[in-house]
Amino acid sequence: MRKKITTPLNKEKIIELSAGDEVLLSGEVYTSRDAGHKRMIEQMERGENLPFDIKDAIIYYVGPSPNKPGEIIGSAGPTTSYRMDAYTPKLLDSGLSGMIGKGDRNEAVISAMIRNKAIYFAAVGGAAALIADKIVSSEIIAYDDLGTEALRKLIVKDFPCIVVIDSEGHDLYKSEKEKHRITKTN
Amino acid sequence: MRKINVDVVRETVKKLCMEANYYCNNDIIDALKKSKKNETSSIGSNILDQILENADIADRKKMPICQDTGMAIIFLTIGQEIYFEGGLIEKAVQEGVRQGYEEGFLRKSIVKDPFDRVNTGDNTPAIIHYDIVEGNRLTIEVAPKGFGSENMSRIHMLKPSDGIEGAKEAIISTVDLAGGNACPPMIIGVGIGGSFEKAAFLSKKALLRDVGEHSVIPYVKNLEIELLERINQLGIGPQGLGGRTTALGIHIEVFPTHIAGLPVAVNIGCHVTRHAKKII
Ligand code: SF4
Repeated sequence: MRKKITTPLNKEKIIELSAGDEVLLSGEVYTSRDAGHKRMIEQMERGENLPFDIKDAIIYYVGPSPNKPGEIIGSAGPTTSYRMDAYTPKLLDSGLSGMIGKGDRNEAVISAMIRNKAIYFAAVGGAAALIADKIVSSEIIAYDDLGTEALRKLIVKDFPCIVVIDSEGHDLYKSEKEKHRITKTN
Repeated sequence: MRKINVDVVRETVKKLCMEANYYCNNDIIDALKKSKKNETSSIGSNILDQILENADIADRKKMPICQDTGMAIIFLTIGQEIYFEGGLIEKAVQEGVRQGYEEGFLRKSIVKDPFDRVNTGDNTPAIIHYDIVEGNRLTIEVAPKGFGSENMSRIHMLKPSDGIEGAKEAIISTVDLAGGNACPPMIIGVGIGGSFEKAAFLSKKALLRDVGEHSVIPYVKNLEIELLERINQLGIGPQGLGGRTTALGIHIEVFPTHIAGLPVAVNIGCHVTRHAKKII
């Protein structure tokens, strides 16, 4: 059974979730990827406020394809997360409560997650049309000039995600691969 | 001499860009369904279902299977009896890509310079490979390539003494390293032999084959079968979250090489390995 969860995700909700849980996420999420992250960190370093309240917020790593007329958004699957690893600890220390992306994270991100009781979800890479179907509204709130990388506020309904790293640092990428591995390469 | 107007090339490229991005090829759908039967992980099995449902939604709504609609890689196989009229073929192809990505609501993912990274705004330039062959037919193949998987590709300049075991190790370790980042289940293109760039080119070309279509060279076919089995024992599974379905297929191309070398290029493709073709 898939658990239903709703943003914002405060610490109490997050500690209820463990690696391996398949969830349906609803509520607000913010989109950002490579260039958007660089920009957020630059703003923070200048002492400026971010364009959204980062406390208990979720960032979804996505650069959607353009929407057709009458559609809310184009295809919108996750992009690979490790490219954001350099920026993520600072965002977590500032209140960000979770990320949605694909692929593993480095040690610095995982320790910042444990320190701040944060969570990392994977969405299915390439399932971009299916995910677009779960997005009920999309609004660009900043960095419009970045095109697909602009900062958007999305409202999602029953977005299918998997908890891949939980607030205690359990990492599904590591544990499951070992479990299913038959031979070793060497 | 057969005359072909470059406008026909432009129109064809434009249509193929859209088709390749909206419609998942049947060979991939079949391979996904088949792999579901062997998948031991329940999360993995649910992921395969989502991938299949996604392909169906994209097809029905004529929207991109994946938001990363890729860098457009175009293969032109040109019969040498063709005479192109009406302008430059290169320009016609680039214009076709520009129109296809604009009119098809495809994502523009190309930056003008590797360092200043300003988007070109129309997904050009495409990468174009020309091949001149006999006859008067023109084959156009469009293969939009996403970079989640492209970034996990590697080239290994092995020594002749590394032999076939060294090549196997290079291929398997590249797939292992790619893990969940390349959106498994993957499709793996391998080029062995030639020079540095020839091996890389062959690995890309190998991705154009239908999934599971083996090499006609018997030892290469056996190598493909052995490696697919070993790759699916790595445990990576759908999206890297564990399971049997790490790759749907591996396609290997071989080519003569230098007495001192054994280049092995591994081009990682994801489950959205797109290609659409038209013969004119
Ligand atoms: S690797 Fe493939 S499936 Fe994954 S995001 Fe890129 S193009 Fe899409």
